Amino acid sequence: MINAGDTAFILVSSALVMFMTPGLALFYAGMVRNKNVLATIMQSFIIIGLVTLIWVLWGYSLAFGPDISGVVGSLSWFGLKGVGLSPSPDYANTIPHQAFMIFQCMFAIITPALITGAFAERMKFSALLVFIALWSTLVYSPLAHWVWGAGGWLGKLGALDFAGGTVVHISSGVSALAAVLIISKRKGYGKEQFIPHNLPMTITGTAILWFGWFGFNAGSALGSNGLAAGAFVTTHVAAAVASLSWMFAEWILHGKPTTLGAASGAVAGLVAITPAAGFVSPISAVIIGGLAGVICYMGVLAKSKLGYDDSLDVVGIHGLGGTWGALATGLFASTAVNPDGANGLFFGNPGQLWIQFLSIVATCIFAFVMTFVILKILDAIMGLRVSEEEEVRGLDVTQHSETGYSF
Amino acid sequence: MKKIEAIIKPFKLDEVKEGLMEIDVKGMTVTEVKGFGRQKGHTEIYRGAEYRVDFVPKVRIEVVVPAELLSEAVKVIEHRAKTGQIGDGKIFVSSLEEAIRIRTGERGKEAI
Repeated sequence: MINAGDTAFILVSSALVMFMTPGLALFYAGMVRNKNVLATIMQSFIIIGLVTLIWVLWGYSLAFGPDISGVVGSLSWFGLKGVGLSPSPDYANTIPHQAFMIFQCMFAIITPALITGAFAERMKFSALLVFIALWSTLVYSPLAHWVWGAGGWLGKLGALDFAGGTVVHISSGVSALAAVLIISKRKGYGKEQFIPHNLPMTITGTAILWFGWFGFNAGSALGSNGLAAGAFVTTHVAAAVASLSWMFAEWILHGKPTTLGAASGAVAGLVAITPAAGFVSPISAVIIGGLAGVICYMGVLAKSKLGYDDSLDVVGIHGLGGTWGALATGLFASTAVNPDGANGLFFGNPGQLWIQFLSIVATCIFAFVMTFVILKILDAIMGLRVSEEEEVRGLDVTQHSETGYSF
Repeated sequence: MKKIEAIIKPFKLDEVKEGLMEIDVKGMTVTEVKGFGRQKGHTEIYRGAEYRVDFVPKVRIEVVVPAELLSEAVKVIEHRAKTGQIGDGKIFVSSLEEAIRIRTGERGKEAI
């Protein structure tokens, strides 16, 4: 039975999650040098187009279609065949199946867009398009099936992932790590200055991400109900506390509270609460967010020590924040908050932490290996990087024949 | 005629301008510039990565005065731009051959 309130809420949430990808584009674009501002925006923006097309043709079917051995959906819903306006028996049975499909589409869009921050300022646009098409098909859809698809093996195991800690954040963070290992550093990394060219743009992007995240997490309740309200609250609380904790950590270690630190902290908190949002109390969200800000800041600091060039810290924020969030779900989850969830370690069920750990390891191995193989093959066939000369001139002019600013 | 070129701290610009107007200097040109002297640059921090920025923002003012006003004008700039901290800037003085007011064609002191 279609419920009007639920349907309205999910459609609005879908729009909110859609808005996150342009928000991400601004978040990233402010941090690059001005010769790459448009190319960086474009890498996120065009994914809205590309992944939507893939999603309606075969992506949704592979992720949510009839189960094949718990690993992937079948292609029988190719082109949304049978995905109609009445509710699906398997997913969100109070809203039209197409509403569920388009809500999930927005998740499928932002996940690969997150990865683009890792290889910002050096990836060839044509190679990016092919990579995203392959990654969405071969990595995202199966992973979404494992956790959320009817019959998916991680879901059956009892892994808790409310809104995509493993599927969205760990997968993109780990894939980002594989990508930077293959694509390697930007020219001049460690010698030249890579100073963000427009931090107000980054802060604007952060605000849009935070706003959109209410659709991401509260919408994942798949109904307009108490669970949605709870997820909304934990989401906001974690982001708020993480922006403070990152800022204070930085203030103590580097002597100044920076705006980029506060913004990065907010995103780290949002990432960490994502798997936990509908399973934990607001006070647990304070702890999850507070630690997320510090953990991700440390991760970003470690990057410089390890010497790999994850340009915009996808590994440090999404990989690490997502991992912490997935583990934290195994610590703080409580059936008093959500009877359909499970108890975590702190509520007398240590087994949940082990299941969470397994789901993290499985996601990491799968995403890392698949991304590594896809990029190795693409590198051999078409090359992943722009030429050195193009990199120095900037991707805006060389890839798109445009410049972001004319003075 | 003399040309005074002074590189000063940006926040001192208003004080210097008011001082020069008080002694009847008729006009000035101001440019935002970047450079370094003994002050060198500063450090910026982005997500924990520290970057040295070698060029410090300054304001350059150019004033042309009749020779008899020179010492007073220089004194005003020197006093008003001074904080006593490193990075207060410098004043350069040079002789100027000719000045022309384009609208009227006046030459020399009349054109200043």
